[in-house]
Parts: sequence; C-alpha cells; structure tokens
Amino acid sequence: MTHTQERGVTELPNDRRPVVEMRDVSIAFGNVQALDRVSMRLLPGEIHALMGENGAGKSTLIKALTGVYSIDTGRIVVGGEEHEFATPAAAQAAGISTVYQEVNLVPNLTVAENMLLGREPRRFGGINMGAMNRRARATLERLGLDINPGSLLGHHPIAVQQLVAIARAVDVDARVVILDEPTSSLDAEEVQKLFDVMRRLREHGVAVLFVSHFLDQVYEIADRMTILRNGRLVEERMVAETSQLELVRLMIGRELEVLDRLDRDHGRAAPNSATPVLTAVGLGRKGSLEATDLTLFEGEVVGIAGLLGSGRTELARLLFGADTADHGGLEVRSTRRRLRSPRHAIDRKIAFSSEDRKAEGVIGDLTVADNMLLALQASRGWLRPIPSATRAKLVREYIQALDIRPTDPNALMRNLSGGNQQKVLLARWLITEPDVLILDEPTRGIDIGAKAQIQTMVADLAAKGMSVLFISAELEEVLRLSHRVVVMRDRRKIRELANEDVSVGDLLEIIAGETRQTELEGPA
Amino acid sequence: MSATTVPNPTTWDRVRTYSPASRYLPVVATFALFIGMFGFGGISYQGFFDWQVFLSLLLDNSFLIVLAVGMTFVILSGGIDLSVGSVVALSTMIAAKTMEMGWSPYLSMATVLLVGTLLGTLMGVLVHYLDIEPFIATLAGLFLARGLTYLISKNSIPITDETFVELAFASITLPGGYYTTWTVVIALATVVVAAYVLARTRFGRTVYAVGGNEASAMLMGLRVAVVKVGVYAISGFCAALGGLLFALYTLSGYSLHAVGMELDAIAAVVIGGTLLTGGRGFVVGSLLGVLVLGTIQTFISFDGTLNSWWTRIAIGVLLLVFVVVQRLMTRRQS
Amino acid sequence: MTDTLDRAPAPEEQAPRPGPVSRLLGHQLLWPVVAIVVMLVIDVIAVPSFLDLRVQDGHLYGNPVDIVRNSAPVMLVALGMTLVIATRGIDLSVGAVAAIAAAVACTRIVESADEGAASAAILACTTALAACVLLGVWNGFLVSVVGIQPIIATLVLMVAGRGLAMLVTDGQITTPSNDAFSGLATGFVLGLPIAFLIALGMVVLTAVLTRRTALGMLIEAVGINPDASRLAGVRARTITWTVYVFAAVCAGMAGLIIAANTNSVNANSLGLWIELDAILAVVIGGTALTGGRFSLAGTVVGALLISTLVRTIPSIGIPSEANYLFKAFVVILVCLLQSPRARAALRVRGRRAASSKAVAA
Repeated sequence: MTHTQERGVTELPNDRRPVVEMRDVSIAFGNVQALDRVSMRLLPGEIHALMGENGAGKSTLIKALTGVYSIDTGRIVVGGEEHEFATPAAAQAAGISTVYQEVNLVPNLTVAENMLLGREPRRFGGINMGAMNRRARATLERLGLDINPGSLLGHHPIAVQQLVAIARAVDVDARVVILDEPTSSLDAEEVQKLFDVMRRLREHGVAVLFVSHFLDQVYEIADRMTILRNGRLVEERMVAETSQLELVRLMIGRELEVLDRLDRDHGRAAPNSATPVLTAVGLGRKGSLEATDLTLFEGEVVGIAGLLGSGRTELARLLFGADTADHGGLEVRSTRRRLRSPRHAIDRKIAFSSEDRKAEGVIGDLTVADNMLLALQASRGWLRPIPSATRAKLVREYIQALDIRPTDPNALMRNLSGGNQQKVLLARWLITEPDVLILDEPTRGIDIGAKAQIQTMVADLAAKGMSVLFISAELEEVLRLSHRVVVMRDRRKIRELANEDVSVGDLLEIIAGETRQTELEGPA
Repeated sequence: MSATTVPNPTTWDRVRTYSPASRYLPVVATFALFIGMFGFGGISYQGFFDWQVFLSLLLDNSFLIVLAVGMTFVILSGGIDLSVGSVVALSTMIAAKTMEMGWSPYLSMATVLLVGTLLGTLMGVLVHYLDIEPFIATLAGLFLARGLTYLISKNSIPITDETFVELAFASITLPGGYYTTWTVVIALATVVVAAYVLARTRFGRTVYAVGGNEASAMLMGLRVAVVKVGVYAISGFCAALGGLLFALYTLSGYSLHAVGMELDAIAAVVIGGTLLTGGRGFVVGSLLGVLVLGTIQTFISFDGTLNSWWTRIAIGVLLLVFVVVQRLMTRRQS
Repeated sequence: MTDTLDRAPAPEEQAPRPGPVSRLLGHQLLWPVVAIVVMLVIDVIAVPSFLDLRVQDGHLYGNPVDIVRNSAPVMLVALGMTLVIATRGIDLSVGAVAAIAAAVACTRIVESADEGAASAAILACTTALAACVLLGVWNGFLVSVVGIQPIIATLVLMVAGRGLAMLVTDGQITTPSNDAFSGLATGFVLGLPIAFLIALGMVVLTAVLTRRTALGMLIEAVGINPDASRLAGVRARTITWTVYVFAAVCAGMAGLIIAANTNSVNANSLGLWIELDAILAVVIGGTALTGGRFSLAGTVVGALLISTLVRTIPSIGIPSEANYLFKAFVVILVCLLQSPRARAALRVRGRRAASSKAVAA
C-alpha cells in the first residue's frame, strides 16, 4: 500500500489557498501506528471540524501539527512553506495556537499576563503593567468579552479561562486556532459565548480547527470537516452536505457492522427477577448530580445513555462511594447503607470499573496477577494474603476465561494493550464476586475483538444473576446490552425506559431534548 | 450577544479592580504577626521598643534575608534548594582561605559569588535537563559544597584582611543616633532588586508561571528552561552573597558554619506566605518571615528564662500553622 | 477527554526470558555491588591488611566488621525510608527523630535509680521507641489525613525536632553509663556486632512482613497509583500512616545505636544528615523516588555501599570529611542512571517518547 490517499477531498474555492496543509503524515509509537498517511487542509476564515471516535488519532494529529510530536513521514505546509515544528513555541511563532480542554494557562497569574506573557509590552526593561492591561482589554473587547484583565485567572470558571486562552491565541496574531474539545465542560450558555468568539475569529480570516464529541455543535458551527478513523483519513466533507447519520457511519465505519453480528443473540426481554439489589433514593451531590432515583434488579443490565458531563460518571461514582453524596441515600438489598468510601461499597458487593483506565484502574508496575487480585486482597486485609495456590488458580482461570494476552500472569500490567488491561480490570472485580457491577465506558479505546468479548461477558454475567450498570458513549452498545435504559442530561436523569423497540435515534432525541429529523434514526 | 461596552477605565477603576486582596492576604498575615509579636515584646520586655532592637534584628539576620530571597525564587518556581546552608559554609571558607593566601578581598568576594552561582547553575541543569527531583539534585549540592569546604580546611580560619574587617565594622549612622551596617544595606537592596525582578520582569513573571503550571508554561512557549536553571543560579548566588555577609558577621570561615540554615531559609519563606508548591508568594513576605524568626530569637534572648531550643520549636510550630493553613486554602480552591 | 493512545509494549519486553548471564548483567543491584567490590579492592591495594579479621575474646575485629557495624544506623533509617518512599512519600524528619529517641533514652537512663542496670536500659529504650511511635503517628497524620505533601509535612518535625530533643536533654550533652546500653553499639553476639544484628533482624522482619503478607503489594499499589488503589478498596490512608510510624521507629532504633556508640547524646548533631544518607541508600538500592516497587535487599546494599565508602576514603589518604564530596557524586551518578531523560538522551530513538512524555506530564 504505497499509494497516497486522495479520496474524499472537497473542492476548494478558487480564491482560497489552505493556510495549513498536512500531507500523508504518519506517526508510530512503538509498533502502534497512531497516524497512517493522514492529510488535512485548513482554509483561512473557516471553522473546520476534526471528527473521529476516541482513538481515531485526532489528538495525535493536533500534536503533530503543533510540534508536540515529531512526524515520521509526510509534510506539513504552513502558509506555503514546509515546516516541522520542534516545539509548541515554534508552532506558535508560525501562527498556530492551541487551546486545550484542560486549559493550558497558569491560574496564579492575571488574565492579562496569561494573554501576553512572553511578549508583554516593556518599558525600561521592565514590564509595563498599564500598557499590558490596556492591550489585553482591547483584545478581549475585540472578541466581545467582558473580563477584567487584572483579575486572577484561577478565580474564573473554566469557560472563561478557555476564552482567555483563545484571546491569548488571537493576540499572537494566530492564523490557525486549534480548539481541542473546548466544550465538554461548558454549559449551553457558555458554549454560545464560545461560538460567538469562534465566529468572530472566522470573520477575521482565522482558520479554526474544532474538535468536539457533540455532533449538534459541529453542525451548528463548522463549515468543513475531516473525519478520521483508527489513525487513518476517512474523508474530508462539507458539513452542510453531510447528514448526521452519514457522519456517524463514517466515524464508526466497519465496527458497527461487525458488532451487529452480536446483536439479537442476547434477548433483551426484562429479567423475571424483581429483587432490587441496589437502589438510589434521591442520590445527589452538589455541582455534579441532581437528586436521582434508580433501582437495579437482580440479573439486569441497566444502560446509561448520556453525553460526557451529563452526570453519568458522577452517578456511578456516587453509587460506589468514590465520591460522597451530600443528599439522598442508597439501599443495598433494601437495607439503608451509607457508602463513605469505595471500601464500604466493596464490602457490600458492589464493584466499579472507572472510565479512566490509566489513572484510576491500572497499576502499571505491578504484574497482571497482582492487578487482578488487588481488590480481593484489599478486602481481605494485608494480614491475610491469598494462599498462593488459590492465587494461581484464580489468575489462571480468569486469564483463560477472558482470553487475556499475554497469558503470563507475571507480565507487567503496563506492557499490556488497552483491551487486555481492561479485561484484567474486569477480572479484578469479577474475582470479588460482586452482586452489582458498575462499568463506566469499559469498551472505550480498545480493539474491536476485546470489545465484543467484553460485551458478551456482560450479557453472560447478567444471565447468571449479576446486576450490571453499563455506561457507554456508544448508544448502539447501550441498546445492544441493556434491559433498561436510563437517559441522563445536564447532571440529572431525564428518562428511564424499557429497552423495547428503542432506537439510537430515539435515544438521541431524548438526549437532545427535542424532536429531530427522522433521518437520525439509527442504522437499520 | 451584544458586545458589552466597557467604559474606559479610570485610574480609580484600575486601583479598585487590579489585583484582588486575597493574593496579599498571607503577606498581610505575616506582617500582622510580626507587628503583633513586636508589640507583645514591647509590652513584655524593658527596652524592646527601641529602633535599635529592630535594626539589630536586621543586622543579625542579614545573611538569612539574602538566603530567603534566593529560596523564594526557587520555591516560587515549584522547587526547593537544600544546598544553601552548605554553600554559605563554602563561601565563608573560600573567602577566609583566599584572603589568608593574600588575595585581594574584592577578588576573593568575586570568586565566592562566582562559585556560588556556578554551583546553583549546575543544580539547575540537573533539575531541568536531567529531570532529577529538585530536592535530590540540591541534596547532591549540599554534600558537594560541604565536602569542598572540608577539603579546603577542617578547622576554622579567621579572616584578618584589613579591608574586609573594616567593611565588617563600618557602621552607617542614621538620624536619631541609630546605626546600622553595610550588611543590612546589602540585604535590603537584594530584597528590593528581587522584588522588582519578580514583579516586573519577564523572567520574574515566568517564574510564577512555571510554579503555577509548568506544562502550561511550556505550551505557552515561555522560556521554561532559562527560568528553571535561572532560579537555582539565583539561589546559588544569594547563598554565596549570604555567605559573604555571614563571613562579615563572624569574620571566619568554618566547615561547620550554617548547618541547617537551609531549614531556616525555607521556614522563613513559608512563614512569609509563599506556597511551598510554587506559584504564589512575595519576596517581601520572605523578608517578614525572616523578621518573625529573628523576633522569636530576640524574645528568647530578652527573656532570660527561656532556652535557645525554644526557638526551633517555635519555628516548627509556626511552620506547621502556615503549612496547614496553606493546605486548607488550596483544598478549598480545588 | 482526549483520546489516549495505548502505548504498545516495546518489542524487547515481549522477548523470551533472558539467560542467567544477561539477567545478572541487567540486575539493578549489579552496579552497587560492583562498586563495593571495587572500593574494597582499592582498599586492599592501599592497605594490604585491610580485609584482615582478628578474633579477640571470641569476637571478630577488623575493617569488614567495622563496615557492617557502622552501616547499621543508616541501614535502619533507610529501611523505614524505603517503605515511605515506596508510597510516594519522603521522611525528612528521621534525623531529628533519631536525636529525640537518643535524648529520651539517655535522659531516662541517667535519671533512673540504678543507672547501670540492664533493666534501666531496656525501660529507657522502650520509652524512647514509644516516643518515636508518637512522632511517626504525627507525621503520618499530617500526610495521610491532613493531606500535606510528605516533604513539607515532615519538614515541620525536621525543623522542630532538634529543639524537642534539646528540651528533653535540657540542652546538655547527656552521657549515660550503662553497659547494657552501650552494648547496643559495641557488643557482640556469636562473634558479630549487635548493632548489625539488630539492623539485619529488622530487615528480615520487614521482609517477612511485606513479602509474606500482602502488605508489600498493597504498599506498592498505593505508591504506583493511589487513585486506582483507593477505588480497588485499598486502605491507602492506613497504609501510608503505618509506614510513617514504621520509619520513625526505625529512625529511633538508629538513634539509640548512635548514642550507644558514643555513650552520649548531643541533640544538635546526633543523626545530622542521616536522612540524606538514608535516602541515598534507598536510591542506590534501586527504589525509585517516584514510589512503587521497592527493594529491601537493594537498601541493605545501599547502606553497605555508603559505609564502605566512608571507610575507604581515609584508607586511601583522603581526609575522612571529604566523604560528603564523594556522596555528592554518588547521588548525581545514581540519579543520572535512573533518570529516564538522561537515559533517553543516550538513545536517539527514545528521544521523542521522552520529550512528548515531558510535555504531556
């Protein structure tokens, strides 16, 4: 495969030359090909969306463009000149600025300093504070922002900090502003404010590269888009000429068809048990989840559908005692319980696999065996080590049952692929023989084979009587596995429905809170 | 959205809105503490309320002030420097030895400052370029400087150079019959220069930025390397300068000088309201911190019944209070 | 959420198990052991009789015996430090704690009715270690409950500790005369110095406690990933708290041995910089300062290396105080060998991974 990918490129208007052109860029980490001959073009005065699932290569592409990663092969042409940026500073100097989701500014300096640090106006060798504040104020005004340049950045909410980050980029006379998932923690009003600023940038001839998980937002603001999948370019499209359904298909691609084979294997009929295992009564926590009622019955898979920030992860954490609720309560098998820590939840036979595998699951420098046995050992206490025969038996059993590779129980956890790590973490919880298993995005960022195995396993566990709370951003997956679906939005539960003849489109409608075009119905 | 009209700010507006008071709160607290302690001393002890007591406070702690200034830079950038006490000892030793060998005192002092700065730079390189934790890198510096000191001489070497001794004893008469020495002037000048650098230069603001969030500072394209090596170089320079002031104070070079002085410097900086995790604090606070430590000592020398070890315990308690308050403050914010 | 790429395992990590020779060459303790041997060889060249052992009154004497005996205090402190460091912590207060323990023990002995009695020594040492438990509880409280960074939390006691020790001794250099007490440092059992046996005994006890129970694994889990450990139900707080208490007790024992060695306690200088020696021993032994996997054997080797170094310097004609100079070089050397960035600089291909990691961090 040596041919260059030239398919799916939109016509460019004659009068506009791309300000950035990335051609056939490849990057590999070890033996993982993160980007495989990806091309992307940005035009001045456009808002360009970069679309793709988790792991599609969006972040890598951005980091290649901004000099964080160096590229293995390919070319980056900025303003007609070929560049390879060695550092973010070099990219900035060429007019490419990036605003990350986790705002990369310093909270302990003022807004003005954050905008101008590194190029502040000076007088007699010292910084001219007055001139700096005036210049910052002028830039903020140009973007229609009323923010006091003298205030400390850290005193503002994230949304304002992001706007300041954009203002910093604008002040550098950026030709390209990259917004990497800027909206995931903003409320609707804040998003509109951000879009205002983005439109102003477009008017000023800036190329804006916008990365977002939220399709509506992309359709509201973007002109063109580049779609990636598994490190490869799928297509470049005009947003107005692409339906959402088409876009989703392009993003998810073949995977959907493969997984469809799993479909219908497991009946979704409600389990006949009526024994409640875990009940949340008005459970909530200020700032993260409004009072929520939820009951999990024995042998039931309850799916949670909702976008990032909808409260889905927050609910899971409260159910597990990872965060403490400040109102409402929990009943475990109809007995009122207070879960002050994960420890208490585990004692009540609740298990929770976090969405953030790397930060909250994997103990990288311990072996696969230790990782698997950690939860069981923790609940036994350090004085009662698991006998080595039992250890060996359990580990062997689960490596086999979950098809974990490599099969060596003494392999270090960090050397495993994402999918295998996820299976080890599942094994960690299954070994504790829980009654309730809470899975937050268990299939994110892992390969298709492991994904199918995990889905099958969830269905099997439920069939054996375990209650599973299944959270996933992929609505198809939620629908495929769940007996019941809870839809969340804006930090609260907005709907609960039995999974009978529910389509992805129905869910999207509920999540969006309004009726949409019929073409949004899920793939037939 | 209609663009909100922002009226042209008046001077009053700027005065009113610029820099919320919360940033200065720790320094204000330290200042209040100092005033309170001084006031308490004045009420409790005869002759405490004398300007000369205050001036002696500066005189007896001039070297510590300079050390604390250097330490402020390092801590603001998110690091720590354990080597300063040893560098002080090395500096007194180099000064004493070279003058004993007949060097000009100026050449000798220049050498001291150069060596200190070089040592600091070296540690900065270890920290930034080789990614060695600050406290380990400066631990190496501590051992290195102390080892060099021993290598030069195990015994105390008196300083007898006339110019140097003259400088040590030269006093400046102030209005009202009070007097002070050049060491105090040098120490206060260091504070002023440092305060200016931190508040008004690109280097200084970058120190705060690095301490606030190093990864961000890097992504903002700031010169992180210069700052991270620079703060250790500055601290090394300040330690050397502090060593010279200490030599002026003791007129000797000795390998057991300034043992544990790094702890006093760190304590002064923390008590001065600088966040040990970096990014927040002021040099003026460190000056006040030193004065608070000095006042405790003055108390103990005024009060015949208290023993010297109460100083250390009191410093420990103050340190504890500030550290816990800092912790509670940062916890509330996050 | 940014999409994170799962870094693929490096090819060599999936390679078949290395043979015994390459395993030996790759062992983390190889270089420290080689360093000890090299120093001993240098010693023998400088002083041909360096390794000679004499038996006198049924006890062993000679430089090797001195080396192991003198390594005892650092070994003890480093032992506690190893576990603290494994949980991502650090304990700067151990020197001060050692001084307090010595101060308490010596003062109790001097104040007891029968100053020379063995029972007085035992009672005094028990009291001292009990005081250490309290100090450890204090450190652990600040770190695990209040949530102060370990280096800062233990700095408090580091600053105040010597003041407390002087409070105990009333600022005097206390000199107890008690044979049982001084036997801690100078005595022999089965021909071996008691001090070393105590240290070794503690090492063995710790090894059994951590490796025969699940404690070691849980400590490592907490050190490698505290958040994940908490979510897996590990009582991270209790574990962290425990290791600080353990470190303080170890430091106290070291303080007792040091005081017994000189039959005196000077609250200002006893155990000065021993925290730094201990950290050095831990690092030499291959336990990373970033927490996680720890090696008790490594710490023992590290302590022996420091002790050998201190003995070697005067034997080759350098003033013994210059040992600090050598320690400085050892610190830098070991850190360079462990620093991923320094290692990456040696490998061209590794460059990108390191720099991208640095930015992402």
